[in-house]
Amino acid sequence: MPTVKIPPVLRSKTGGEAEVASSGATVGEVLASLAEAHPDTREQLFGEDGELNRFVNVYLNDEDVRVLDGLDTAAGDSDTVVILPAMAGGH
Amino acid sequence: MATTAETIGDVKNRVHLISREAAQAEIADGALLIDVREPHEWDEAHLAEAEHVPQDELLERIDELAPDPSRRLVLYCRTDNRSARAADALGSLGYDNVGVIEEGITGWIDAELPVVAKYALTRDQRMRYSRHTLLPEVGVEGQVKLLNAKVLLLGAGGLGAPSALYLAAAGIGTLGIVDDDVVDESNLQRQVIHSTKTVGQPKTASAKAAINALNPDVDVVEHNLRLDASNILELIERYDIVVDGADNFPTRYLLNDAAVRLRKPVVSASILGFEGQISTFIPFDGPCYRCLFPTPPPPELAPSCGANGVLGVMAGVMGLLQANEVIKLAAEIGEPLKGRLLLYESLSTRFTELKIRRDPDCPICGPAGEHIAAEDMGRFPDYELFCGAPAREPTPA
Repeated sequence: MPTVKIPPVLRSKTGGEAEVASSGATVGEVLASLAEAHPDTREQLFGEDGELNRFVNVYLNDEDVRVLDGLDTAAGDSDTVVILPAMAGGH
Repeated sequence: MATTAETIGDVKNRVHLISREAAQAEIADGALLIDVREPHEWDEAHLAEAEHVPQDELLERIDELAPDPSRRLVLYCRTDNRSARAADALGSLGYDNVGVIEEGITGWIDAELPVVAKYALTRDQRMRYSRHTLLPEVGVEGQVKLLNAKVLLLGAGGLGAPSALYLAAAGIGTLGIVDDDVVDESNLQRQVIHSTKTVGQPKTASAKAAINALNPDVDVVEHNLRLDASNILELIERYDIVVDGADNFPTRYLLNDAAVRLRKPVVSASILGFEGQISTFIPFDGPCYRCLFPTPPPPELAPSCGANGVLGVMAGVMGLLQANEVIKLAAEIGEPLKGRLLLYESLSTRFTELKIRRDPDCPICGPAGEHIAAEDMGRFPDYELFCGAPAREPTPA
């Protein structure tokens, strides 16, 4: 199963896990099964239209899926799906 | 017929050769110092206070430079032959208050007096930066580029603090610091440029003191203000490179928009918890911040360090990676993090690299960006909606 890397801000919604194995043949399926297993992540990842939220970047290994096939990008067992929100730090 | 050597000798007898010490005193007293050598010689090294007027332009330009013929002039060249001839020629134009520095700039450098140069260091600088100049990739040329660089640090906080210290140590000639905050004790867990003694002081002043204690060569310019659309263009225009250590999204987007417009590279990093991100945005060459993050996240996905916490050393690791980028850009060596987002996770000590690409539809660095007026900088139609919009009221049941 592909691995999903969970950013710190989402880890409270995955029971603290930083890496979660999630089944699926495409990035979309992998994220959907993540959201199945951890429903609190759904709202952060997907908009009401089922599309990936624009403020969340998703990478298959080191490539932004937007330059690949978006949610239809194929994902294999040795692949890593990286979820990346922006950080700004601050007080 | 007189030989050239005799003529030079005669000429030198007619003009006033002065010692280096006398020259220094006269310069301090307001004498007009003129370097009569060729441009390439001037570029290599020259005296800081000098005007450059090559020998063959001198007679033409002298009355514009010194309308009063009684003004004290001091000339120099490589040794003293050309300047002696020049002084002699000036004498026949009525300029008879002219001195010639004996042994010229050659003697000056041998006596280890200061010069400014494109590619030369003073003796003190050669000692201070020897560990840099020993590196073939840096050398004297690279070090001089660092000394000539003007870098603006956005924020003298977590990221700015370590970055400023190492950039100062490296000899970055001008460091501008933008911060309107004062030092707080909770800062000292990571903002190592400040100290217990400076708690309560403006961060810019606190940083300046630490920088100058480390390296008096560095000109620190304090910008004790908050950046906004009204001041950002004018401010960053004066610098070559910007280091983004801002603590909020609106500033990051504003900086990006302005930097792209003015074609200033931005080294951008952020930290939270045990994680850090860094990339270097080179306008129109690589992606910009907005190519990477077209939309800021909602507040619940972007907590502050104050709310979430941050491991102190994260500021050091990422701030120094920023300084490393700046040095590479300024010295024109190595390969910057252009088109690359470097992620660091400190609990596992793992680096991950992601590729970032220019977004062809980017509203800032794509074709549409050309049409944004200066006054709309950082102010997108939906800008307020992007950043800090109030939470929507829940609809009544």
